[in-house]
Amino acid sequence: MDYLIRFVQIHETFRRPETDSLAEMAGVKIEWLSYSEDSPFAIIRFNGASDPTAAARALLSRSILGVAIYELWGSGVDYESLHNDIRDRTQPLWDQYSRGTFRFDMDSFYGSRPASEQRKIIETFSYMAFTGQIRMRQPDNQFRIFEEYELDGPIPHHLHFGRLVAESDRKAMNKYSLKTRNYIATTSMDAELSLVTANLAQAAPGTLAYDPFMGTGSFPVACAHFGAAVFGSDLDGRSIRGKGGRNVSSNFDQYGTAAQYLGGLVADLTNTPLREKRFLNSIVCDPPYGVREGLKVLGSTRVALKEVVYLADGKPAHLQANYVPPKRPYSFMRLLDDILDFSADRLADDGRLCMWMPVAGLIEGEDPAAEEDAVPDTEYTIPRHPGLELVSLCKQDFNKWSRRLLTYRRKADAAVDQEQLLAYKAQRLVIAEGSQNDLKARADDLNAFRRKYFQGFKEQATGV
Amino acid sequence: MKLLTLNFLTCARKTCKSTAAAFPLHPKEAELEQVEMDMNPLFITNMLPRLEWEAMKTLTTELGLPNLPAEPPSAEELADESGEPTQTLKDLHTLLMETSIASGKLVCGNCEHEYAVKEGIANFLLPSHMV
Ligand SMILES: [Zn+2]
Repeated sequence: MDYLIRFVQIHETFRRPETDSLAEMAGVKIEWLSYSEDSPFAIIRFNGASDPTAAARALLSRSILGVAIYELWGSGVDYESLHNDIRDRTQPLWDQYSRGTFRFDMDSFYGSRPASEQRKIIETFSYMAFTGQIRMRQPDNQFRIFEEYELDGPIPHHLHFGRLVAESDRKAMNKYSLKTRNYIATTSMDAELSLVTANLAQAAPGTLAYDPFMGTGSFPVACAHFGAAVFGSDLDGRSIRGKGGRNVSSNFDQYGTAAQYLGGLVADLTNTPLREKRFLNSIVCDPPYGVREGLKVLGSTRVALKEVVYLADGKPAHLQANYVPPKRPYSFMRLLDDILDFSADRLADDGRLCMWMPVAGLIEGEDPAAEEDAVPDTEYTIPRHPGLELVSLCKQDFNKWSRRLLTYRRKADAAVDQEQLLAYKAQRLVIAEGSQNDLKARADDLNAFRRKYFQGFKEQATGV
Repeated sequence: MKLLTLNFLTCARKTCKSTAAAFPLHPKEAELEQVEMDMNPLFITNMLPRLEWEAMKTLTTELGLPNLPAEPPSAEELADESGEPTQTLKDLHTLLMETSIASGKLVCGNCEHEYAVKEGIANFLLPSHMV
């Protein structure tokens, strides 16, 4: 039997990577028989599964972008071919479902039908001769007719019929909604994409996840939902501590996952206190890209601050309780490389890095070459590391920019090209030394994304 | 921060990182806090092989907590025949997951830099001359 996954028709490029990630975790092999970014209906097959129903349940149990999974009883381009296909595929099954309570309903994508028409269509399925009671709430068997229309098309061009096997964890979105969360900020990632990110990171019971830019803790909270133990850090201690009982820790209390929250640290990724040891299963992050003030890391561009600074009373400034360490501008692409290298050094085999990355100036459907200095949508904008394999690239489009979720898997050491790795590390040293001499660089020069982002808004403002 | 976290942390200074003396960091004037938490046997079982046991022993000694066994317990010692958690597992859970440092300092054994812990949050930001 094949299976139909009913997806939501949003965040389309995330749907397959999320499902593939969950399949890997559930230990099931899936083959995509039919999938389109333009359709919410996908058809898959479980290869080599002794119990495909159990595989289907396991696959969808923590899905966010999948709504439900159905046994596919038939497909067709019109109702006649649909009914024929159902007879061919499932006639021997009808008896087994004939006495339980049941319900039929319809799911029309880009189309709709009045209730009277729906009833008429459902009656055409009466040849299956179900004699059980019809029950709208929690029936033993739930059947659904899927119709797919062209936008504003008069009749559906594709039909499916299926029996519900399992619903997903999409309801978790409500539980984790930012509207009801104790502690959030304007930069908090919404519940839906946080949970999807945690699925791509394969956060699970018995695993450890870390977010080096945790802000108000959206990703660690989502990873903890799926059972992982979590911790995080941020350059800005205020975001961890919050105010008046609203802080990162209070979010874990709210969701009943405080036992999984190891704690928060004030720390900088470029001078991390995390040991260089491969103890993490997942690293999830949305690095700050400094749209407002330019990207900063610890350190100073002022030569005087390279030495200990003493206050008027002779005490060293950095030992004062309210000491704020100076920060310097930093290139966003360099920070992404730092994250990859940090991750390769700390992820266990097959551990995953999920990293969000903004891309500005490129508009869907537009030839990148047309806009002369847009950040090109090519390989080079995707940071690479010899120890990490790019698993998936998902894309969320906004008006003048888009952001990607890059997911990497830590290769086993035996699979890492050691020569390449040495060359990579050597190159990093050269870049680090070079930047020491480049003290006057402005945040703008260092951050292509920020520059493009503001240019985009300028064009809008002048009505271009 | 839960005590388990300390097993993953060292001095943030690049010049200290590779030195043995920088790990583990040494608690100073530490206020401990203990909060009852649900036990997570799978997580502790998975973490056990990733722990630096000697560092855990140093930490418990320095904090004046009950001594740990000389050798790390094996996975078999964490559950009895019926799968119930053993006292060993319960003790580890109490130490690693229920005990936190609420305030105090973490001191690097190599450069002697002190990292402050306030409201359970350790601050690892370095002044410019240490970056
Ligand atoms: Zn040190």
